[in-house]
Amino acid sequence: MSSRTSADRLARLLNLVPYLLARPGIEIAEAAGDLGVTERQLREDLELLWVCGLPGYGPGDLIDMAFDGDRVTITYDAGIDRPLRLTPDEALALVVALRMLAETPGVANREAVERALAKIEDAAGDLVAAPVEVRLPGDTGRVEQLRAAVEGGRALRITYYTVARDETTERVVDPLRVLMVGGRTYVEAWCRRAEAVRLFRADRIDAVAELDEPAVVPPQARRHDLSAGVFRPSPDLPLITLRIGRGERWITEYYPCERVESDGERWVVSLRVTDLGWARRFVLGLGPDVTVLAPAELAGQVRDTAVAALDAYATPVPTGADPAPAVGRQ
Amino acid sequence: MVAWVGTSARVRAGGRSAASVYGVSRSRTERLVNLVICLLSTRRFLTAAQIAATVPGYEHDPDDAREHEAFQRKFERDKAELRELGVPLETGTASAFDTEPGYRIARREYALPDIPLKPDEAAAVGIAARLWQHAGLAAAASSGLAKLRAAGVDVDPQATLGLEPMVTVDPAFAPLTAAARDRREVRFDYRVPDQDAPTRRRLQPWGVVCWRGRWYVVGHDLDRDATRCFRLSRVVGPVRSTGGAGAYQPPAGVDLISHVARWSGPAERAGRATVLVTPGRAAGLRRSAVEVTAGPEADRLVLPYGDAESLAGHLVGYGPDVRVLDPPEVREAVIQRLKEIATRHDTLAVVVR
Repeated sequence: MSSRTSADRLARLLNLVPYLLARPGIEIAEAAGDLGVTERQLREDLELLWVCGLPGYGPGDLIDMAFDGDRVTITYDAGIDRPLRLTPDEALALVVALRMLAETPGVANREAVERALAKIEDAAGDLVAAPVEVRLPGDTGRVEQLRAAVEGGRALRITYYTVARDETTERVVDPLRVLMVGGRTYVEAWCRRAEAVRLFRADRIDAVAELDEPAVVPPQARRHDLSAGVFRPSPDLPLITLRIGRGERWITEYYPCERVESDGERWVVSLRVTDLGWARRFVLGLGPDVTVLAPAELAGQVRDTAVAALDAYATPVPTGADPAPAVGRQ
Repeated sequence: MVAWVGTSARVRAGGRSAASVYGVSRSRTERLVNLVICLLSTRRFLTAAQIAATVPGYEHDPDDAREHEAFQRKFERDKAELRELGVPLETGTASAFDTEPGYRIARREYALPDIPLKPDEAAAVGIAARLWQHAGLAAAASSGLAKLRAAGVDVDPQATLGLEPMVTVDPAFAPLTAAARDRREVRFDYRVPDQDAPTRRRLQPWGVVCWRGRWYVVGHDLDRDATRCFRLSRVVGPVRSTGGAGAYQPPAGVDLISHVARWSGPAERAGRATVLVTPGRAAGLRRSAVEVTAGPEADRLVLPYGDAESLAGHLVGYGPDVRVLDPPEVREAVIQRLKEIATRHDTLAVVVR
């Protein structure tokens, strides 16, 4: 047994007595489920505690418990009637997560989160002089509207801007949940158009309407595993390779790059893109000190697009091409 | 209350000890539980010898040098394990005449204070505890939650707040928060992409900030002799603390967020550019327009902007679908960029083909 597991077990045992003390007559199965151990493990823990107690170690000194069928009650606690106080790491983990929750735009019952945070901070005392501050600005009104729509349990018709294709489309989706990753809010939903689970960024949903039919998520729908971030490039996506100048090195922090090679002043980077059309706009927008090394198709598109745009600037704006100026907002 | 100390109280009740059946590891855990109970129950400091004579599992002949040494090693390991768990082990002497240190656990220091959480508050803590995507902090959050449950708090596992953040942190988070809490100076290597190599930085960290989903540390940079923020994702390798605790005092009432927000706040978009856009194209641009006027051959958009160069970059992305009318500085910047891109890729195309 490693020392880690033995420490875990000791922590669990010291917790178990007060846990059971607070719940006289609890079913062993329920307690095991609650504590995240098997019934067998819990029974072994109880057997071990049963031989521990106050010095003297006579019948009146040892931890005692009464069994009634599948239920257990602590009848003597030998002085470990309270759990151990929070460690600095435990206090930090709970307080920071609560602060994140309290700061999340559009979260329900924020007031309860704030009350809980104040009480945990109070109980942790000095430990949460934990110098961690959280601010997650966002469009609270928009997120609340989306959350309400998702909680309504109906299918939604959304107007959504897709950056990859630079187009705005309408689609019917069956929502799963609203979540926040890396400071951005997303709706995760079954998209009937794509016939797959998709993440829709809240700030790109231009309109949302609840339909008269319930949301039905097909059984094959799987939630995204977001532990490694929102965009996880798949190896079947096109790979592009660029030579970039110093001013464009920031892209290595914003996009998952498969390869970054320092070629002195300039770097050679390779990344996967969902769409070559997006890659063309991306490369054109990056700035002059970027060269497409591969694929040749993308290099050609970038050049042709730039040449076509220059041709347009060389031609005067035809009469009538510019609609009457100074017209108000539509 | 300590009448039993020093007596050979090793007689176990009716053969309850099961250590021999379950082997060494079980007997070790059993010994540690008994040690905690023993030290919680005493008000006097107990010496190692008194503990050995009391707590089952430490039996040895103190006159046998080898046995005694083995006991001391075992006792040191046990103390270290209790301290690692956060058990507040106090050391002191029982009286002025004692020379050997003794041990006890103060109840007040040991026990979690009462936390009267209402059901909705308990549910919020339960949700918070499962937000961590970082394994170490996830484990800390769930063991913290287990303690609250042991204190009698019931947590509804089904509760939801409708919207849940995924909480991720960079590896530098744990050492930097610990250093800021203890006020220890740190040093680390820091890589900024537009520099060629990481640089060694020395910092008195005041605190760690999450701003728009990214983590930063704010503090006094000892080399620059000024307040600086560092992005945690740019820290390369380990963060080392370089001195004792309490080495400095952060300025009173320091607003950590404002230091980070100053560098990454939204840019003012006071400028207005007028562009012509091919009908049905450049959907992204249309979403940011403050005015759209539809025409037969082109739509006219008015776009707010802060920096002419960055707007130019954005517009160049749309190629011939977008033509800038005004202002001239944006128009010129777009044309200049297009020329450079065309030239650069023209040579390249020849090479590639």
